[in-house]
Amino acid sequence: MRATRWRTRLIASSAPVIDVAGLRKRYGRIEALADLTMTVRPGEVFGFLGPNGAGKTTTVKLLLGLARPSGGSGRVLGAPLGDREARRRIGYLPELFRYQPWLRAREVLALHADLIGMPGATRARAFDDVLGLVGLADRAATPVSGFSKGMQQRLGLGVALLGDPALVILDEPTSALDPIGRMDVRAILRTARDRGAAVFLNSHLLSEVERVCDRVAVVDRGKVVAAGALAEVLGGRETRIRATGVPAGALDGPIAAFGRATFDGSDLIVPDLDDERVPDLVAALVGLGARVHEVSSGRESLEQRFVELVGRGGPGPDPATAATERGAEPG
Amino acid sequence: MIAIAKLTIGEAARRKILWVLVILAVLAVTLVAWGVGRLVEAGRESGADELEIRLAVSQVLIFIAFQFGFVQAMTAAFLGSPAIASDLESGVALAVLARPIRRSSYLLGRWLGLAIVLSAYGAGSSLFAILVVGGVSGYTPPSIVTPVAFLVAEGLVVLTLTMLLSTRLPPIGGGAIAVVAFGLAWMAGTIERVGIAISARNPDVDLGFVGDIGRILLPTDGLWRGVIYGLEPPIVIAAARDQPLAEANPFFALSPPPVAFLAWVVVWVVIVLSLAALSLRRREP
Repeated sequence: MRATRWRTRLIASSAPVIDVAGLRKRYGRIEALADLTMTVRPGEVFGFLGPNGAGKTTTVKLLLGLARPSGGSGRVLGAPLGDREARRRIGYLPELFRYQPWLRAREVLALHADLIGMPGATRARAFDDVLGLVGLADRAATPVSGFSKGMQQRLGLGVALLGDPALVILDEPTSALDPIGRMDVRAILRTARDRGAAVFLNSHLLSEVERVCDRVAVVDRGKVVAAGALAEVLGGRETRIRATGVPAGALDGPIAAFGRATFDGSDLIVPDLDDERVPDLVAALVGLGARVHEVSSGRESLEQRFVELVGRGGPGPDPATAATERGAEPG
Repeated sequence: MIAIAKLTIGEAARRKILWVLVILAVLAVTLVAWGVGRLVEAGRESGADELEIRLAVSQVLIFIAFQFGFVQAMTAAFLGSPAIASDLESGVALAVLARPIRRSSYLLGRWLGLAIVLSAYGAGSSLFAILVVGGVSGYTPPSIVTPVAFLVAEGLVVLTLTMLLSTRLPPIGGGAIAVVAFGLAWMAGTIERVGIAISARNPDVDLGFVGDIGRILLPTDGLWRGVIYGLEPPIVIAAARDQPLAEANPFFALSPPPVAFLAWVVVWVVIVLSLAALSLRRREP
């Protein structure tokens, strides 16, 4: 009840749930985070993206007080990083999710209920709720040692959602899940958001982020390289026309009326073209003697934008090696 | 802290190794009871008086306690060494430490849970041995609580050291170092005893400082002297007071550990636990 009141106040005040500025983290001579600045608002699903070794997991550990920053400042739920009372209102699913194997699923929840000081009267129902939410209702009495990795990750998600937290931090929450499980997680994230919780989703599964996140930040080499609403980060729409026989100078001639068009190989790309004008453009091209083979219109995918931002298209170095060389924990 | 202590007790109770140790302790006591019964029978048949029989039985009890003390130290080392290290290595600690719990509470909870398990095991097995031997031979120490308490304290000291090591070292490394340290502390005490024997012939030789340093760094041997003292018949202690070489025997004690030493044991435990808490606080999982 207290947490709900608090969360309501937070949403009403629109105070950031996470607000960090210039956050840095060094491990000896290795710089895992260089200068991280970002804000997460109440009630939003925030995607935190980046290649392996970008510093994502390091960021999560700093937000939770599991590691201390080497510089910069930050507040989570209005309190300094690592504040114990704030942690009472944070649910966390680690990337390396491991729970006491000798405990049954319900006992794991009971342990975490003890740790967050959940009132005894509300526990039984809360346990049933979260186990049902993550699809483990019929596994409450099963020891964790008998769980598959996917089931352990589901349990971890349940642990993170226990106690109706104001902020849920999920570090690669679908890494062990099958496609059905991933769909379930997306539904769970939306449910959490609908209840008013902010969700900080650390992931490199871009399709997942694209489907569920309200805002994203892309981090690379410990710095945010792009942040904002998904549409802002992805940029405007573009119309792509695969055409041959387009006469030289056409782009500066009649086609210029449709916008600043460019060629990408045999594809003619026209940014921010209204859908209503696409047939006119095709007609203009045909009128110029060109042959049109294919027309597609849409936004750049998050994957394309991600590759542009982190600047590493195609096969790169081994992620673990890259992380070590660049000095960050695999993130 | 209480939640972590409860968790730790539950974890230990579900470990097969602890129950194997309990079964082995019962088997060992059964074997010893049979042996002591035969010893007493043979002694009486050969005309030994009751004092001699008491002395022999008390020596057997001390050897049993020595074995139990060693097993308990090993148990403490191998229960304590993974307590923090394994949680950190496996990632189990991540979900727990992200909760509103102090690192020191987590550490003390782990220590308290293991201390309860270890004390129950140490007290149970040694008490069982004393009572069974008493039933077979008719000899029980003047105070059963004293040797049992010293034996349990010895295990707790090893556990405390192991917990400190567990905050920084992998489980096997921490456990092995704790067992070696326990052995070295006993060796330091034994060297001190050998020094007493040598000094009877050459007064210039004084190896007492070796024992003192050992007891300061790891007070297990001093507590072991308390176990020995508690198991001896008072009449044997009284008879040995006139024997200057009696203290040279590593399995004999003329007096209980001084109060100052017992106070140091308490201070030592507090210091080492504080260092462990500090070490864990600075550790980033």
